[in-house]
Amino acid sequence: MNLSVNLGKLKLKNPVMTASGTFGYGAEYSEFVNLNNLGAVVVKGLSLNPMAGNPPPRIYETPCGMLNSIGLQNIGVEAFIKEKLPYLKQFDTKIIVNFFGDSIKEYVKTAERLSSVNGIHALEMNISCPNKQAGWSIFGTDPKVTFKVVSAVRKITDLTLIVKLSPNVTDIALMAKVAEDAGADAVSVINTLTGMAINAKTRQPRLANIIGGLSGPAIKPIALRMVWECHKAVRIPIIGMGGIISAEDAIEFLIAGSSAVAIGTANFVNPKAAQDIIDGMKLFMIEEHISNVKELIGRLKC
Amino acid sequence: MLSADNSLDPLLKRPFSLFRWLDKDIQILYRVVGKLTNILKDKKPDDILEIIGPLGNGFPVIKGKARPILIGGGIGSAPLFSLAETIKHKKPIFFIGAKTKKEILYTYALKSIGINPIISTDDGTLGQKGVITNVLREFLTHHSSPITDYCIYACGPRPMLKELTLLSEKFNLKGYIALEENMACGVGACLSCVVNTKNGFKRVCKEGPVFPIEEIVW
Ligand SMILES: Cc1cc2nc3c(=O)[nH]c(=O)nc-3n(C[C@H](O)[C@H](O)[C@H](O)COP(=O)(O)OP(=O)(O)OC[C@H]3O[C@@H](n4cnc5c(N)ncnc54)[C@H](O)[C@@H]3O)c2cc1C
Ligand SMILES: Cc1cc2nc3c(=O)[nH]c(=O)nc-3n(C[C@H](O)[C@H](O)[C@H](O)COP(=O)(O)O)c2cc1C
Ligand code: FES
Repeated sequence: MNLSVNLGKLKLKNPVMTASGTFGYGAEYSEFVNLNNLGAVVVKGLSLNPMAGNPPPRIYETPCGMLNSIGLQNIGVEAFIKEKLPYLKQFDTKIIVNFFGDSIKEYVKTAERLSSVNGIHALEMNISCPNKQAGWSIFGTDPKVTFKVVSAVRKITDLTLIVKLSPNVTDIALMAKVAEDAGADAVSVINTLTGMAINAKTRQPRLANIIGGLSGPAIKPIALRMVWECHKAVRIPIIGMGGIISAEDAIEFLIAGSSAVAIGTANFVNPKAAQDIIDGMKLFMIEEHISNVKELIGRLKC
Repeated sequence: MLSADNSLDPLLKRPFSLFRWLDKDIQILYRVVGKLTNILKDKKPDDILEIIGPLGNGFPVIKGKARPILIGGGIGSAPLFSLAETIKHKKPIFFIGAKTKKEILYTYALKSIGINPIISTDDGTLGQKGVITNVLREFLTHHSSPITDYCIYACGPRPMLKELTLLSEKFNLKGYIALEENMACGVGACLSCVVNTKNGFKRVCKEGPVFPIEEIVW
């Protein structure tokens, strides 16, 4: 049985990776999952300097999903390289580093630093974050800004470059195309959808930050639709995510056009989720007489 | 972190303290408030639950002569019982407060290990009427002096813990409090459960849930 897939020049042993921000820096889940078995580990989003994040409460559960407003808390690039990367490098898996900045300059500097060390296999650019120069509007919602920031990072790195798209746009296929034109090797679809929850009795928002990002099974139909739209628009590989809980969910994302999938909120529900999904995928392939997982990618019958 | 089945709603596991850890069993004492706890209350013997744990730290048993004062508010009394059992030779003074009589927990079990708790309820149906921190303030006013040495251990609602922080400053007490925050992963990965401390945000699931009382910034 062949489970391997390619993201540009990066070859994964299987299509299952972890979603940024839901798997810490890998070590947190190593008691539950053998990291050697994963297609890739994607770490929590990093910025040039450490960030404290938003005040609590930071999460609130909603029907079949959760809102989070962590606020991109992270230890910063240098601490990651010194304290977390050596541990991850022991494993036979691909290490993908998610990162972001508050200006194009900061994106470039962060990507340069991450590209200068050994052991990182790919960069995932989170463009769902506010742009300081443009009054904190989001990098990932204005196609011109998206093109600029992705091109700037593309110029300075030879690593596989993945752009993680924001779903909070009118036309996600257009944004995928912009990323492709700017030189991205792959796109991740989708980040969280902005949402909100209110306590009716106190009239207060449930999150200190008032709004947060919705993830989990509640967003799966939207994520699938967006993967499908991007699949029709671009030739670069797509990493599908958003509400994947089971192997069957993951396979649906492959059929919609993703070459790989990322497991996010499901890790919280079941700390062994990533492993269970790999095992379930194998079982599905045996039952359905599929010998190569690539036979599923983008094979929606319609 | 505990879940009762594979349902998608409730989705996340819920955090609970260990009430008691026996030879072959662990016991959890919980209050029915919402989705998961309502499912839990209908479970029968031999039904299967999924638990990951134990996670995080616990109340430290400090060396020295300090006499322990335990303060539990409502369901916050849950994690204090095991501690009381462990340190009963230090003759802990146990304060328990709740809204009403039926929310005052396990006093019978406490008496069986020789501890007679001091009780208050908001509505006066058991013990003194009023909040437990007022009863504690009264106690400290009469029983605290430069030569007395107490260590407080507390768990309960936020306003109670806040008030305790003020009391600990006023009467110069050291101590530990167990905090609650909304949680998703329970293993330190998602950064959902942070509280503000004098040394920045800390994770309740990993660095906590027990923190030195002077460390928390309210
Ligand atoms: C470290 C830690 C230890 C805990 N130990 C215990 C324990 O030993 N026993 C116990 O009973 N509980 C304990 N809790 C609280 C427990 O986690 C919640 O009561 C539980 O998550 C509620 O789940 P639910 O699905 O029933 O309620 P939900 O459906 O999630 O919530 C229903 C309603 O209850 C309210 N609610 C939710 N959580 C709380 C809360 N913590 N306090 C008051 N109201 C709440 C919500 O605002 C909501 O309106 C602990 C929490 C933490 C963080
Ligand atoms: C608690 C939490 C933190 C997250 N942090 C990040 C992050 O730092 N960078 C990022 O690009 N995406 C982040 N995400 C988004 C996820 O990687 C993923 O795109 C999204 O949650 C949808 O997948 P899911 O429904 O499987 O969780 C975070 C999601 C959650 C729930
Ligand atoms: S609950 Fe995830 S870090 Fe504490």
